[in-house]
Amino acid sequence: MADDRLIIAGREFKSRLWVGTGKYKDFVETQKAIEASGADVVTVAVRRVNITDRSKENLLDYIDPKRYTILPNTAGCYSVEDAVRYSRLARAAGVSDLVKLEVLGDERTLFPDTAGLIEAAKILVKEGFIVLPYTNDDPIVAQKLVDVGCPAVMPLAAPIGSGLGIRNPYNLKIIMEMIKVPIIVDAGVGTASDAAFAMELGADAVLMNTAIAGAQDPFAMAEAMKYAVHAGRLAYKAGRIPRKLYATASSPIEGML
Amino acid sequence: MESAIQIQVNGQVRSWRSGTTVADLLHDLDIKAERVAVELNLEILDRATFDQRLLKDGDRLEILGFIGGGSL
Repeated sequence: MADDRLIIAGREFKSRLWVGTGKYKDFVETQKAIEASGADVVTVAVRRVNITDRSKENLLDYIDPKRYTILPNTAGCYSVEDAVRYSRLARAAGVSDLVKLEVLGDERTLFPDTAGLIEAAKILVKEGFIVLPYTNDDPIVAQKLVDVGCPAVMPLAAPIGSGLGIRNPYNLKIIMEMIKVPIIVDAGVGTASDAAFAMELGADAVLMNTAIAGAQDPFAMAEAMKYAVHAGRLAYKAGRIPRKLYATASSPIEGML
Repeated sequence: MESAIQIQVNGQVRSWRSGTTVADLLHDLDIKAERVAVELNLEILDRATFDQRLLKDGDRLEILGFIGGGSL
């Protein structure tokens, strides 16, 4: 699978596992977990710099932007205006034109406000951003996001941080069949089998944070996710057997006594 | 003697000497310019202009950078 590269907006990605950098104990733990995951895309948030305590270290001292693709998100934004503002700030902070666009609709579920998402995506695409939208598992919304210029779509598997796994594999499958851009399953993964399942369905990549950062041993889970994503991708490419209700013998009858 | 100006930086009002540029302020705060975005009165500044942008009394400055985050 050496040539099995993921390409989005002309950029090539080696890893199909993308990871977030939130919820870790410290930067050293973050760095070690990302290293163990083998991911080459890491998401970050944009926030006010601490101006009173300058002793605090910078995340980018630990996550080298030359080695990793830094994907800033608009986490915490509940309006089109805020999401656009944070995207522009992320670009001004100097990493790239990439943005993981989130326009949230509700604090309890963190489900996306898909109408706002499409509107914000439209504005940002016009400004030259490479917009990767965090969206619901709705194929029609996914298509609309592609129509306004998103080069990939990131549907959720379950609510952010819930660990519920792939709640609606049928919708995700429809999205993967209908939508002609890479699909990155984002949010809701709880353990390795969830990641493998997403990849077996045909996802081009999986993005997760809590499943690794919140595990009792984040480094072991990061490694498990690396293998799960790889195994799921291999299985998808290999083509699984059809499901049948009754048995089919694997051993020949011929030659029996 | 130089006069002082009041500037709101990340929500905190502080005094600076008049004639301070955005680049001076970042330097005073020990913040690396290449790692942050600066918004002055809601206008996002081009990093190349930091050393030309003079601050004035009552300005509101936001300095943002990247922190750990997945989704929220």
